[in-house]
Amino acid sequence: MNKLHPARFNRRQALTMTLGLVSGLPLLAAAGRAEANNDITFDELYGKVSVLGLEFSDKVKQLNGKEIAMRGFMAPPLKAEAQFFVLTEIPMSICPFCSTDSDWPDNIVVVYLGEKQTFTQPSQTIEVRGKLEMGSWTDPETGFVSLLRIRQAEYATV
Amino acid sequence: MRKLFSALVATTILAGAAQAAEVYPLDRATILTGSPFDFKVEFDKVVKPEDVKITVNGQDYKATLGKEVEFVAEEKNKEKVLGSAVILRGVTLAKAGDYKVEVAAGSETKTITWNVYGTPEQAKAKNVIFLIADGLSVAHRTAARIMSKGMTEGKANGRLNMDDVPPAAFIGTSATDAVATDSANTMSAYMTGHKTAVNAIGVYADRTPASLDDPKVETLAEALRRQTKKSIGIISTAELQDATPAAVVAHTRKRGDKAEINGMLFDVKPDVLLGGGSAYFLPQATAGSKRKDDKDYIAMFKDAGYTLATSKGELATAAGSNTGKILGLFHTGNMDTTLDREFLKKGTVSKFPEQPGLVEMTKVALDNLSKNPEGFFLMVEAANVDKMSHPLDWDRAVIDTIEFDKAIGVAREFAAKNPDTLIIVTGDHTHGVSIIGTVDDEKPGTEMREKVGTYAEAGFPNYEDKDGDGYPDKVDVSRRLFLNANNGPDHYETFRPKLDGPFAPAIQNEKKEYIANEQYKDVPGAVLVSGIIPKSADSGVHAVDDVVLQAEGPGAEGFRGYMEQSDVYKALAEAFALGAKQTN
Repeated sequence: MNKLHPARFNRRQALTMTLGLVSGLPLLAAAGRAEANNDITFDELYGKVSVLGLEFSDKVKQLNGKEIAMRGFMAPPLKAEAQFFVLTEIPMSICPFCSTDSDWPDNIVVVYLGEKQTFTQPSQTIEVRGKLEMGSWTDPETGFVSLLRIRQAEYATV
Repeated sequence: MRKLFSALVATTILAGAAQAAEVYPLDRATILTGSPFDFKVEFDKVVKPEDVKITVNGQDYKATLGKEVEFVAEEKNKEKVLGSAVILRGVTLAKAGDYKVEVAAGSETKTITWNVYGTPEQAKAKNVIFLIADGLSVAHRTAARIMSKGMTEGKANGRLNMDDVPPAAFIGTSATDAVATDSANTMSAYMTGHKTAVNAIGVYADRTPASLDDPKVETLAEALRRQTKKSIGIISTAELQDATPAAVVAHTRKRGDKAEINGMLFDVKPDVLLGGGSAYFLPQATAGSKRKDDKDYIAMFKDAGYTLATSKGELATAAGSNTGKILGLFHTGNMDTTLDREFLKKGTVSKFPEQPGLVEMTKVALDNLSKNPEGFFLMVEAANVDKMSHPLDWDRAVIDTIEFDKAIGVAREFAAKNPDTLIIVTGDHTHGVSIIGTVDDEKPGTEMREKVGTYAEAGFPNYEDKDGDGYPDKVDVSRRLFLNANNGPDHYETFRPKLDGPFAPAIQNEKKEYIANEQYKDVPGAVLVSGIIPKSADSGVHAVDDVVLQAEGPGAEGFRGYMEQSDVYKALAEAFALGAKQTN
């Protein structure tokens, strides 16, 4: 039954797949583990979670403006032509904590790609690298408001 | 039938003529005397204002409806001109009776009839407690009884609280635009007396794209404010802007207008407001906010005299504070299920560990609201019965049904001491769920499908409630109830409770199609179940089946037989005598 825990399962899956496939993925291989301390996980985004607001963790504050790597799942694009995609902790499903109007969970990161890349399957774990940016930003084209972004990003499947 | 009928009329009688205009409120609308509503006529063509002829019971409409006429020469959507329109806002009809409305402009004509009803001068009930489990179907009730009380030799070992509230009516839940339905139009019908379209709340759905300009009808909360000095309470385990709580106060074509709905909650200012959805109270600069403006509704409610509670402990403190107004926000989004909150500590419980349950919220609300000598209306929603039925997570849906039943117990206890209280127990719509037997781990083999017991092979489940809290001590017993939906997306049936968090049966692919969530593929014995609804559907859907409504207390006799969901409002209006001014 432990397998059903989304986060745990995903990490395990990610790990197994990384071990098996790492040589075939130049981005990851090149990146190596040198930047491991600049890896950030969904669990590490917020230092304080409360009804009256969330507060970013010290780690996020420290990494603001720096190159980071983060793993998650690519949500299907909002619009085909959107300049960004949303990185989520679990594959985008009905999201049991969201309403039927497909509200997004709190812990999402908006990813702006440096160069166009083909979209990948939402069930596939990806690792995104780019510059972390903290603070409210409204996407001019879609009106989508985000608090945390990875800019000039690229990604690879893991 | 409406469309079919008009099509027939058009082809057989008015061959060659333009399609008929649309009139809101729709034909056969029932309207409370003195209750404000917006009147709108939509012509299919662009017409001249001087060519428009509208009569109400044979008289020119301007005199009868008595409000300023707004003539819109051209209504548009993104692509094209839709035609002309006539709009009158805030119309009231003081006299009960049938109103025949005849509309004509050029070749377009339409004749409809409204029924305007009054109420007795004297209220039957001082208080109404409206308990609604979202999506409550018969299977939820049966499963809750068996899981909570057990069963021996075919007889239940105990009764739920809801088992002693007399069943009163079957409720037809269909929308104005479809036989199927959702929580917006269904609760809106209960709370306004008007049926409307899927996703609409407190309005008729007009043709223009804007969601906040549709013809409004009065909500129960607004009627209570207009005619009485009663207190109003809204409790939900969902976001307070979610369709069901929203429908007590709000007006929008799109239930997703949650930031605006939050403003409408503030406009009506229910005296007790308890639930989730704090994200829509926070200004956009606050992390976790889902607003796109700088309004700080936390501050605004506080300034309006509300005591704020954000945890179980603060709710208890607020209950004793005597301010008369409590805003309880316990989650940024929807609150967690009872199974997660009280037992498994999964879902988002680690982030929001201090969420109260429906029972505590109901107690605090009743204590507070009952201080008003004029009485109160309290709406209690068990939202997760629906929110967990969508992802086919039956254990969570049923445990929340048990919690709902405990809230009914609190309400009945109150009514026993305050017999001038009407209690309604109902759902807003149903789900396509049934219990077909049990899953027995002790049956031989490894194939879980072969462990499903049907007919005599089902035996009885072996849930236990040794601690007597009304909940089974655990849901993952060796012989458990087997609930199934008659529809759904592609998904893996695991035959087991989801102990590690709510079930996510399907996930979206890059084509925006929902595919079975492979996370459950390797659960021993899991079986791939192919979906039978479009691949755009993320979860199980609502059923069109009637809802069972139960009622007890003064005014309960107003609920009988088959009722349209909108007729329930009329019975509530009669119980409260909302046709009569009671503020003198």
